[in-house]
Order: sequence, then C-alpha cells, then structure tokens
Amino acid sequence: MAYSSAEQHHEPHSFWTRYVWSQDHKVIAVQYTLTAIAVGLVALVLSNLMRLQLGFPGRFAFIDANHYYQYVTLHGMIMVVYLLTALFLGGFGNYLIPLMVGARDMVFPLLNMLSYWVYLLAVLVLMASFFVPGGPTGAGWTLYPPQSILPGTPGSDWGIILMLVSLLIFIVAATMGGLNYVITVLQARTRGMTLMRMPLTVWGIFVATIMALLAFPSLFVSGVMLLFDKTLGTSFFMPAIVSMGQALSYKGGSPILFQHLFWFFGHPEVYIVALPAFGIVSDLISTHSRKKIFGYHMMVWAIVAIGALSFVVWAHHMFVSGMNPYFGFFFATTTLIIAVPTAIKVYNWVLTLWNSSIHLSVPMLFAIGFISTFLIGGLTGLFLGNVSVDIPLSNTYFVVAHFHMVMGVSPILVIFGGIYHWFPKVTGRLMNDTLGKLHFWVTFLGTYAIYFPMHYLGILGMPRRYYAYDNYAFIPASAQQLNAFITVAALIVGVTQLVFLYNLVHSTFRGRPAGSNPWRATTLEWQTPDTPPGHGNWGAEQPEVHRWAYDYSVPGMAQDFVPQNSAVAGGGDDHDQKAAGRKKT
Amino acid sequence: MAQRNSSPPESPLTPAAGWQGVVVDWSGDREAFKVPWGKAMMWVFLLSDTFIFGCFLTGYMTVRMSTTVPWPNPSEVFALTIGGTAVPLILIAIMTFILISSSGTMAMAVNFAYRRDRAKCAALMLATALLGACFVGLQAFEWTHLIVEEGVRPWSNPLGAPQFGSTFFMITGFHGLHVSAGVIYLAIVALKVLGGRYEKSGNYQIVEIAGLYWHFVDLVWVFIFAFFYLW
Repeated sequence: MAYSSAEQHHEPHSFWTRYVWSQDHKVIAVQYTLTAIAVGLVALVLSNLMRLQLGFPGRFAFIDANHYYQYVTLHGMIMVVYLLTALFLGGFGNYLIPLMVGARDMVFPLLNMLSYWVYLLAVLVLMASFFVPGGPTGAGWTLYPPQSILPGTPGSDWGIILMLVSLLIFIVAATMGGLNYVITVLQARTRGMTLMRMPLTVWGIFVATIMALLAFPSLFVSGVMLLFDKTLGTSFFMPAIVSMGQALSYKGGSPILFQHLFWFFGHPEVYIVALPAFGIVSDLISTHSRKKIFGYHMMVWAIVAIGALSFVVWAHHMFVSGMNPYFGFFFATTTLIIAVPTAIKVYNWVLTLWNSSIHLSVPMLFAIGFISTFLIGGLTGLFLGNVSVDIPLSNTYFVVAHFHMVMGVSPILVIFGGIYHWFPKVTGRLMNDTLGKLHFWVTFLGTYAIYFPMHYLGILGMPRRYYAYDNYAFIPASAQQLNAFITVAALIVGVTQLVFLYNLVHSTFRGRPAGSNPWRATTLEWQTPDTPPGHGNWGAEQPEVHRWAYDYSVPGMAQDFVPQNSAVAGGGDDHDQKAAGRKKT
Repeated sequence: MAQRNSSPPESPLTPAAGWQGVVVDWSGDREAFKVPWGKAMMWVFLLSDTFIFGCFLTGYMTVRMSTTVPWPNPSEVFALTIGGTAVPLILIAIMTFILISSSGTMAMAVNFAYRRDRAKCAALMLATALLGACFVGLQAFEWTHLIVEEGVRPWSNPLGAPQFGSTFFMITGFHGLHVSAGVIYLAIVALKVLGGRYEKSGNYQIVEIAGLYWHFVDLVWVFIFAFFYLW
C-alpha cells in the first residue's frame, strides 16, 4: 500500500482539525507560507533599519553599532533560512508536489504536520532572542567563531544560543518535511506520471529537497559543536585567544573547520533556494508564453547537474580565509564549471520566450524580471568565482550586490510570481492585476536602483559589514550620496510590499472568481474537480497522465493547451513524438 | 504533426538501451523503487543521517590533526584492569560484540516477521532491544570511568588534548542517543507485533524498517570504533 489515500484517513470536520492541526498538505502549505511571509516582514523591516543607518549615518540615534549588527545578522539568517528555504520547500513544495504528481496527499501526512509545527517552534525560538538580555546575536549571518561566541559581539550571551538552538530545530523540521517531499515524488506519482513527464517545478523542488537532506547535516553538526563551545567551553572551533588582555581557557581548536562545515551547507543552500525558483520560473514562462519549454530534458539534467556540482564548490566562500591556495584553484574551477548548466537554463528560458505569444500577466512579469536579475547576479558570480578577482572584492559591497541580485531578489521575484500564479488555485479567486503590476514595477525597478549602485560602491572599495564610514579617506564623499539614494529606494520598495499584502488579503475575500484553470495551464493541479481542491484532491479517481507538462499551442488542437491528463492523440515531448513516429513507420 | 499518433498510455516511454535505458527504468511509472514508501523513506533518512555522522567524524579528524597538544593513546585510556593486568580496549570489544550480535537477532526477527511468527519475532526484537540497552549501559559505565577516574571533561583533559574529551563525549553521546532511540522504537514495534496489530493490517514491513535503522546504528558504530579507538 504505497499511497496515503482518502480512504485511509477521514476528512476532518471541526475548525481545529481542518485548519490548525491539519494533516492536509494544502493547509500545511498555507501555514508554512503565511509564517514565512510574517517572519520575512520582520527581516524586511530590519533591512530598512540597516539602510537608514547607512544612508543617513547618525541621524537615527536608536540604531547604535550593536543594533546595526543585530539587524544585519537576523536579516540574513531569516531571509536565507526561515523565509526562502521554508517558503519554497514547505510552502510551494507542500502545495504543489502532491497536486502536480497526481497524489492525494504526501505519503506521511502526520510527519508533514509535525514538520510545520516544529518549524513554527524554530521561528518562535528565533523571535524570542529579540526579548532576551543582550538581544539577538550580531555575529553576522555566517556566525563565524571565535567572534560569534565571545564577549564584545552583541548577543553573545543569550542571542547566539537561541540562534543555534533555533537552527537545530529548523533542521529537524526541514528533515521531516524533506523526507515526505522526496518520497512522494519518488513513490506516489499517479499512473502515467513518469519522472521525465513531471513539471520542472516538481523537479526543482525535488532536487533541492535532496540537497537539503544532505547539506543541513553539516549545519547541524557545526551548530552542535558551536553550541558546545559556547555553553560547555569545549574548543572545537576556538584557538588559544587573548581577549581584552586575558587569556581565555579555549585552546587548540580550528576556526577554519567551522567555515568548511558552514559552507558545505551554505553553498548548497544557495541552490536549495535557486532550484525551486528555476523550476517555477520554467513553468511560469512556458504557461504564460503559450509555448513548450525549450529543451525539457536538458533543463532536467541541468537541475540535477547543478545539484550535484553545488556540493563541490563551497570553499569559494573562503578564498580569503587563509586556507591552502591549491584549494582555491580547485574550487575556482568547479565554480566556473557550475556556470555551464546554469547558463543552459538561462538560454532555454530565453529561447522559450523567443517567437512565443508572450502574455504580460503579473506572474509572467515576475518571471521575466527574474531572468534579468538572475543574469546580472550570475555574471558577477563569474567575477567572484575567480580567486584573483575575488580577493580584492571579497570584503566590499560588490559581494553584497552580487548575492542579493542572485539569491536574494531573484528567488523573491519567483516567490511573488508563484504566489500570483497559484493564488487562484489556493483560494479560487484572482489577485488584483493593477495592484500586482504596481507591485512588480516598483519592486523590479527598485531592485536595480538598490543593487546596481552597490556594484559601483564595491569597486570603489567600500567595505561591507561596517557600521559607519567616517574617516576612511579612500572612500569619496559622493559614495555617501549614493548610499542615501540606495536607502530611499530601499524604503520605497519596502513600503510597496504592503501593496502586495493588501492585495493578498483583499483578493482572498473579494477577488474576482477565477474558475478552475484561469491561466489555461496543462499541469495537473489545474485539472482538479474542485477549486480550491477538496480533501484528497481528486474526488473519486486519481487522474491518469498521458503526456508531458508542456503541450502548449500544439498545431491542429481545439485549444492552445492540452492538459496532462487528456488522452487525445498528438503533442508530447520529443521523446514521445519520436516514439510515435517510429511506430508509424 | 496533429495526425501523428501519440504512444499508447500503457507504455509511456519506449524501452531504450544503455544510459537511456537506465533513465527510463528509474523514471518509471508511479514508483522509482519497487519498495513500499516507508522503507524508501527510512533509506533516505539514513542517507541524511550518514552525512551527520560523516560531518561529526570529519570534524573529529580535523581537530585531532590540528591540535597542538598530544592526543592520548586510546588503547591505554580505554584499558580495563582485570585481575591485575591492564587489558587494552577490552570494554569496547565487549560493547562492539554486543552491538554486532544485536544485528544478528534483529535479522532473525525480520525473518520471523515475514513468516508471521509473532511470538518469535517479538521475542527476538525485545532481545535486540535488550542488547541495545546493555550497550548503552556499558557506555554509561565507560563515561563514568572516564569522568570520575581519569578526570576527562568535555572542556578539559588531564591526559592530553582537550579535544579528546570533547569529541569523545559528543560523538559517542550522539551515537548513544541513536541507540537509545532505537531501543524505544524496537520495544514499541515489538509490543505492537505481540498485540497483533500487524496481523490485522497484514503488513509486517515496519519490522524490517526498524531493522534498517538498527543495522545502520550498528554500522555507524563500526566506523566510530575504527576512527576513535583504533586510530
């Protein structure tokens, strides 16, 4: 019995079992999404507070150096782990995997529910650190020892402990959810849904989840060891140190070991966030340009190749750490190699758009915006992947600009696009188009207004992580004007997100009814008997899949799309067509 | 193009040779592996857990190589004095023997589960759990010996490098937690076997899944034994 079917567990009836202690993947997905958005708002406010200090130094007295570093740290950690990872895997993964592969639910719904509640616990522990003596940790999101646990760093008493405990709890939650996602994709697909017929969204989330299951252990171990260094006084990462004139009791540990363990998680983490974005963007582009995705098989193999390669590039984050220079040669090479499958994906998106009938709907705008920001961020990644270019740039705003373009803004744009795209399936209503377009244009143009100048500041040599830039003669005075400009842009973008929130809430109750398939899409989630899909998703019988997910504008068809569960002849991917052709001869 | 027939739904992908054939087999209809989802999930979990222990052991090896203070000789530290002579590694040899034996009883329990011999299956599972509990008990004895008699602490070590104590307590502790969790897991499943729960559902695969976990914990111990005690 491989499926958790509707017959196995009864449909819940009370409010509590249906919406709170729910084991339904759709409800859990919404819970994950709303929690992640809430915590993301905290991170957004923190980033704007940081920008206030940088743009108008000293004007806001409550932002002292300690607070500034706490904002930096929490902004980074929340965005990378608690927002992006949780929203892509827990939110989109939970909602889309069972619906897109034609399953009735995840294979292990109880574990899935636990995953959400444990994630919520991790969020609460993290938020608790705002209210403990000393406040949250200000160690930087990488939490490098020795400084992260020594006095002098803000939050080195309680904040760092809560941070590490919260991360360990999050890893437990991610593992419980991740096991479900992987096994549901592998073992619970409906009849006809072979792996090579799955939508690229599922492929992206699937490979990202496998990576999460293999990369988070490294963060887990480094978190446990750092926690012991802090609480028990062990010396895993702590060398002999003289702090404020006093020799500490630590001796003989290796700070570089932490960096290796952290980045063995940290670099795959970039792709844990990026691969679901790649997948979702592929589906958005294909659907809204009414054209089959260019090079489906190549797209799948690129996702798999990126996933595998991302485990052997981690030390490119450590070119300035003092590790063996021969390592640098190896990791620079692998880093440049990983650009190849990534470039293939970008080419394929553009070739999908070429000569297609592009519908500039809001999800499509976000998808195209993603291609643009991801391309810019990816190209600066090639600069930073080379040791000799990285070393002078490593400590500057060039790096900040690079990673915000490539793994900050790009996945966020996809999240927005994905929400605008699948909102009609979740609620049965469309989001407001005008507000959506306003949201897109301000966010997209704001991205460039914020991050383009940062590249320039970085090349000028403006160091990152600094609280104030007084008395640095090499930084020209005009840099401050640029900083003020960036801050104004960041504030505008920050406020514009309220438009999105308003749209989200308003459309949930007042939006235009969407019907079951407003985008005329082929994938299974749009073919459910009810919208929003009911308990068990498919009514009496699970759908049967007859084709791949990209039969758009097939010549000679009545409609310009053929759903995956439609049995009519024609269409299919290259492989199916070849097979059919061979049969004819 | 439209008049081209699509392939029939029963054979979505035509068989292919070589590398393509591997892909087609793996991406097959409905299930990638011909096992129940529970077993597949346990395998994936164990793969993830392998990475945790791998990172722990890598971290241990790194600090052992980078520390400047000499590392204590494990065969002396873990020796027991029996009848006036110090026997190196004797306690650890006994613990290892117990744990490996428990894998044997576990394998027999799985065998009897699939024969639907409830009494023997449950008895062997409880025996496995008992051997596991013995292992944890001996580990507690070993920890007490190190802490009370040798004075080793996670943060300090009179015998040499302080990282000896840190890594030892962390890694054997984490493994001991796994064994303890396994003992509880096995006991619960064994009681359910006795209660006839799986007789009703007609499905004993949970015994095999619990067995997978147990064998994994044993296998990890072999690596800890090799890297920590024999190096």
